Amino acid sequence: MFIKTALLVLRKDFAIEAKSLEIFSTTLFFAVGCVLVFAFALVKQGQAPPDVAAAILWIAILFAGTLALGRTFERERYGETIRALLLAPAPRPALYVGKLLGICCLLGLTEALLVPLVALLFAAPLFERLLLFVPLLLSGTLGFAAVGTLFAAMLMRARTRDVMLPILLYPITIPVIIGGVRGTSALLASPADEATAIMWLAITLTFDVVFITLALWTFEPLMTE
Amino acid sequence: MDFQSVHLTDVSRHFGRRRALSKVSLALTAGDIVGLLGPNGAGKSTLIGILSTLVAPSTGYVRYGDRTAHDGGSSLRGRIGLLAHELHLYAELTARQNLSFAAELYGLDPKAAVPPALERAGLVDRADDQVAGFSRGMRQRLALERSLLHSPRLVLLDEPFTGLDDRSVLTVSARLRHLAETGAIVLVATHDLDLADGLVTRVALMRDGRLLSDEPAAAGLRARYRSVVGH
Repeated sequence: MFIKTALLVLRKDFAIEAKSLEIFSTTLFFAVGCVLVFAFALVKQGQAPPDVAAAILWIAILFAGTLALGRTFERERYGETIRALLLAPAPRPALYVGKLLGICCLLGLTEALLVPLVALLFAAPLFERLLLFVPLLLSGTLGFAAVGTLFAAMLMRARTRDVMLPILLYPITIPVIIGGVRGTSALLASPADEATAIMWLAITLTFDVVFITLALWTFEPLMTE
Repeated sequence: MDFQSVHLTDVSRHFGRRRALSKVSLALTAGDIVGLLGPNGAGKSTLIGILSTLVAPSTGYVRYGDRTAHDGGSSLRGRIGLLAHELHLYAELTARQNLSFAAELYGLDPKAAVPPALERAGLVDRADDQVAGFSRGMRQRLALERSLLHSPRLVLLDEPFTGLDDRSVLTVSARLRHLAETGAIVLVATHDLDLADGLVTRVALMRDGRLLSDEPAAAGLRARYRSVVGH
């Protein structure tokens, strides 16, 4: 029942997004815009400064992800559909997992377009160590989305939700963001420092487990009015 | 789980310093159609929120048969049908998709549950149209069927007649009577005293978060409402 409910919520969110492409297009536009601004500012005569690609990639993911989180729950607020979800005889943490999977898929699609763009504009060898880079990217995204999904759901009825979401989200997700940036930097160094990247990957995975466990534990009480 | 009655005992609810409900005690039994009547801000929607288990009371408790909302958990939620003022529909999805999603959430087979619901809502011809293009009345009928899809024991309806034409009002009224006859507990919050008169079997009158009266329905509902509520 748990997995079925989570997949049901995911499928419903995809059906809505497939019709409107509203969140995907705004998230992608924002992320690409962010990377282009940095490229215009930092790339001089075709040469990007060293060690900036990792930071720019993660800043774009962070900002675009925050935008996507807010919009996803705005849909559930409209028509109060979140109440219908909460009233269903399904395990409430499954609703959280469904929403989390949706956000992760959306950010994954955005990253699939963002990574080649950053690699191209900043001459970053992001594709040279994919076996380490992809897990690092996914674990960082998962940790960020795990906390973000919980806070976005929690703040859905708050009038100041757009202001409060980044204020609450960024300080708590700093460990996974630092892990993502430092791990990616280690992979982009010349020569690549795989041992350091693996250490940061382990740290972000640990935070993922902690964040998801806490979110599953607290989602139901936080959503009761 | 199943239950034949719902009892509220001294239920109060505060939102910050504002008191939305004050020591409400009420018993609802199977076969009842209870009209919850009162002016704006009387606490009707808060009471429905508490009965639906979505809002926790600040003090007091609600028992569904011999269990509380906490004891009942998801199996209790599966026996409650809620039609709120906001209709709980996804505007981007079609009528069929909205009902199918609800059916699957409640563990029903959409192929068996959705077509009769579309027929009852009078939306067979518009089943594959986006809800965003529906009139308020069409949305209301769809939302009502969505809330009744799983044959709930406790049916909570907040202004169910909003936007409905005369024919739809008669259809919905007949549906509510049938639900009560088949053992459901039906609670209808409405401002429309003319529609409530003749439909409800009991009347609960509220004002300023307090339950002023809980009595069997009788002729002359409007006069009774004015004498008790005073508006």
